[in-house]
Amino acid sequence: MSDHNITLAEDAIERKTTTINLGPTHPATHGVFQNIMELDGERVVSSEQTVGYIHRAFEKLAERRPLYQVTPITDRLNYCSSPINNMGWHLTCEKLLGVQTPKRVDYLRVIIMELARIADHLICNSIVGVDSGAFTGFLYVMQYRELIYEIYEEVCGSRLTTNIGRIGGFERNFSNTAFTKLEKFLKEYPVALGELESLLTRNRIFMERTIGGGPISAERALNYGFTGPNLRAAGVDYDVRVHTPYSSYQDFEFDIPVGKTGDNYDRFLVRNAEMWQSMRIIQQAYNKIQEFKGTEAEVYHADVPEYYLPKKEDVYTKMEALIWHFKIIMGEVDMPKGEVYQAVEGGNGELGFYLISDGGRTPFRLHFRRPCFIYYQAYPELVKDSMLSDAILTMSSLNLIAGELDA
Amino acid sequence: MAISNEYIQQKLTEKFGDQVFNFEETYGMLSFEAPKDFNLKVMQYLYDEPSLGFQFLTDLCAVNYPDDAGRELAVVYHLHNLVENTRIRFKVFTSIATPDVFTASQLFSSANWMERETYDFFGVNFVGHPNLKRILNVDEMDYFPLRKEYPLEDQTRIDKDDEMFGRG
Repeated sequence: MSDHNITLAEDAIERKTTTINLGPTHPATHGVFQNIMELDGERVVSSEQTVGYIHRAFEKLAERRPLYQVTPITDRLNYCSSPINNMGWHLTCEKLLGVQTPKRVDYLRVIIMELARIADHLICNSIVGVDSGAFTGFLYVMQYRELIYEIYEEVCGSRLTTNIGRIGGFERNFSNTAFTKLEKFLKEYPVALGELESLLTRNRIFMERTIGGGPISAERALNYGFTGPNLRAAGVDYDVRVHTPYSSYQDFEFDIPVGKTGDNYDRFLVRNAEMWQSMRIIQQAYNKIQEFKGTEAEVYHADVPEYYLPKKEDVYTKMEALIWHFKIIMGEVDMPKGEVYQAVEGGNGELGFYLISDGGRTPFRLHFRRPCFIYYQAYPELVKDSMLSDAILTMSSLNLIAGELDA
Repeated sequence: MAISNEYIQQKLTEKFGDQVFNFEETYGMLSFEAPKDFNLKVMQYLYDEPSLGFQFLTDLCAVNYPDDAGRELAVVYHLHNLVENTRIRFKVFTSIATPDVFTASQLFSSANWMERETYDFFGVNFVGHPNLKRILNVDEMDYFPLRKEYPLEDQTRIDKDDEMFGRG
């Protein structure tokens, strides 16, 4: 030690932090998310989210629309798994109207919903891979999401914003092509999922990047209103499909995968495990559908003349069908009075519909419980003191969908 | 397994007497009401009482009833007991002139943004909220758009000029 040490006065070195804007349009955030982050070097000191960039006033719009016109709005919530939103909305309407759907419709819906869940988790997990530096997995699994989209297309004609199903059932029966495509998916997808897992799950780089990143305890997660895979990764086995079964989920045998630490790695594992469970459910549902014989195998909707559009050939030839057609299209059917809350297990959590009807033709009030709006609040707590690059990873592993966040 | 709605009603009436009222069961879910000053007391009781244990706030939103004088705004809480798997709906009503309701954000962290959203769209002033500002709408907005006094355009209006739409 020399005597020439420079002695600095206390507080002479200023502690400097940098404030950066992450987003709203940043290639790493996968959607319109803005975070104003205070960084100390590469470490996040604090962050504040700004949301609402793509707010489209769905709740207000719904107040002027007859029930069937609300379905396309729900598409645009979580657009990675639109069919779940659509089905959730149909289930809400059916609950209000007291419609009992046939078992075959329930099973068909289960197939579509589980396919949507796989598509949703597949995107999320492969994006987690991308953000940790593995682009290959993402590009590779896209072709399997494509297979799912082809099934949607065969059933409803569209791919992303599906508007699938109607109140009471489906708009048309599943064609043989749809089932062939489903079989193809059931055969090919497990191989690809296994490959995605072997690419990432025990990958040293991936594990070191994700383990311990963005953790949350079960207690905090519950207090923050976490649901879905993010809550289960923290160790709480809450799943709407099991707790309040809808669409005959009680007929299926499946497990709820849970994690332990609620970090990015556990969220990844839970989603992967859920995809395997979804495959199990789809296989069971497909088996059950094949058991229907004769006229039962042709059932694809319930009998709800007030809300389910009659066949086109009937509209052109029968008076009553023509009347119903016009009444439905013009939204001239009065709903029963009541308040309903219906929840479904969406791709990223409990998607709830709170519908109040005052006996009019449109909802008096419709509120969407959007899971990622609720759990995104926890983000500053999750990323505090982590590296900036891990904060990006945490964001993608939370499965935030801007469309749902902003409604 | 589930706690019966009768039991919840009985416990609440024991504790709060006629401060909790309007019990009804719609589509299987118990729904009740309390004066707005009691909202935290009721929710704290529902949270703490071991045999009830409603510790999960599923949803928080508001509803505007323009014709109900003095009770124009309702704040609706959906609570869930995850262990017993029971849901209830709890409402407090407030007048639109003084829309002050105590915040639940100390009890549930999840209420923070949901209350901001409710403030943003209905102007419910959550007393004690740490950061009550607009969340989805722009900060400059000077009205509360989901209130019924701001109707959407009537789709059947006839005063539209067809020429503007390329017809006629």
